[in-house]
Amino acid sequence: MGLYTMVAWRSLRRHATYRAATVAGAFTNTIFGFIRAYILIALWTQRPQIGGYDVTAAVTFCFLGQSLIAAVGAFLPTVSAELSERIRNGDIAIDLFRPADFQGWWLSHELGRATHALVFRGLPPLLIGALFFDLTWPSGWRVVAVVLSVALAIVVSFGLRYLVTLTAFWLLDDAGPASIAMLAGTFLSGLLIPLVLLPGWLGTVARSTPWAATIQSPSDIWLGVYGGAGVLAVLGLQALWAVVLLLTGRRLTERARRRVVVQGG
Amino acid sequence: MAEASAKLADAMRAFGLLCWAWTRAAWQYPASLLLLTVGQALATTLDVLAIVVIFANTDELGGFSAAEVLFLYATTSTSFAIADTLMGTVERLGRHVRSGAFDVMLLRPVSALVQVAADTFSPRRLGKLVPALAALALSLNLLDTQWTAGRILMVPVMVICGTLIYCGIWVLGASYQFVAADAAEAMNVTTYGGNYVTQYPLTVFSSEWVRALTWVVPLAFVNWYPALYVFGRPDPHGYPAGMQFASPIAAVLALVAASFAWRAGVRHYRSTGS
Repeated sequence: MGLYTMVAWRSLRRHATYRAATVAGAFTNTIFGFIRAYILIALWTQRPQIGGYDVTAAVTFCFLGQSLIAAVGAFLPTVSAELSERIRNGDIAIDLFRPADFQGWWLSHELGRATHALVFRGLPPLLIGALFFDLTWPSGWRVVAVVLSVALAIVVSFGLRYLVTLTAFWLLDDAGPASIAMLAGTFLSGLLIPLVLLPGWLGTVARSTPWAATIQSPSDIWLGVYGGAGVLAVLGLQALWAVVLLLTGRRLTERARRRVVVQGG
Repeated sequence: MAEASAKLADAMRAFGLLCWAWTRAAWQYPASLLLLTVGQALATTLDVLAIVVIFANTDELGGFSAAEVLFLYATTSTSFAIADTLMGTVERLGRHVRSGAFDVMLLRPVSALVQVAADTFSPRRLGKLVPALAALALSLNLLDTQWTAGRILMVPVMVICGTLIYCGIWVLGASYQFVAADAAEAMNVTTYGGNYVTQYPLTVFSSEWVRALTWVVPLAFVNWYPALYVFGRPDPHGYPAGMQFASPIAAVLALVAASFAWRAGVRHYRSTGS
């Protein structure tokens, strides 16, 4: 097993240890899903068609969002609290010495975490939601597109949160940028309200952001909002964001590396 | 009685001192504190934005107008912001238990609850009050209701009762962590989820939910029942009008339950060891 696969596997194992926390998290995501679903149903009762969504699509969208929260770290604005703390207290100097690519290490760590989250935090809200509400499911080639889109969503989310985490090299405390990033994420990802509710160009701009690539994009593909070409365009935009964010993260890592001063011996 | 009130005054003084110490600590990173305060204000604004976007698509939700929903949002969010500032950090009890920090708190000559509540106190939480109060002012202007003395008085009364109910729920949630420290996130359903659910008219939810929010977790008393009185509307679920004045009773019950749960939790607390 290569080093990075090993890191990912260990990260998955580590997150699998906290079973009570996983159950509590899945429970919380499910209940919030119910609240959101009822609000959306009330709105769609007034207007049965909004932006190409009928009430079933809106409720499905809501539970998909709840399922993706943990995997794309919607409420984890940094890569990990542990990493932020290491940057703040200087232990990061040791990490930067290690014979492994710094960004690659944490990306692997994130992929392990997200895989666990996708299964154990993602499936319960969706399945329980399906017991109480009418949901739509993808079929055929769309299933493949959804899988690809979710994988890209996880990488884009890592790319964003990695940049937020690196600000700690300059500010020491990344809580400020983290809270602003989380806000942008909550709204622009479509988690708070489906982005189809935003009128005209506002909606178009919101759907082009990297945050939309984390929840709105995979959900739209799941719901079958786009045909074949549209799906390719959405996947392409997600891939573009993933590449841009990862490359920016690489450049910033080099600059951060030069900022680290090791005190004493 | 005199002894009890002296004890309470001592606890309040300790709480004030600890909060002040934490405020000075937070001020060591002024840029971060400022961003965090703005962040908290914007986070609460996002909820209004959701309501604005919904009403850009419709004129009424669950039979209620934009002004009425804004009023529901404003009252619950004001209560929530104050309670969060005072009691919000008790939700970290699980961490203190795991790290052993709670043992140290029990040894100090100050109530453990005061210490947990004041731990990492940050004035940034007050950032949430800004949009809540702005929305309150706006909704009071927009509301189409006959403002009698009773209705005017009901507004501050419901905000105070709401704050006490949220404080009670937070302490109940913390007490539950004595039993299930790792499952701390589940209490978010009643705190953050409670704040979310009460921003909307309860007619939106199913009748089981209304029953649960009335009799199990008394969140409906934070704003729903008193707001019906302010709006001058009959109860859509057919509950008696007396419920609209029952918020103080619900607040007292929530605090009593919280106090029993906290004491029971501390009594049965077992240290994780060193």
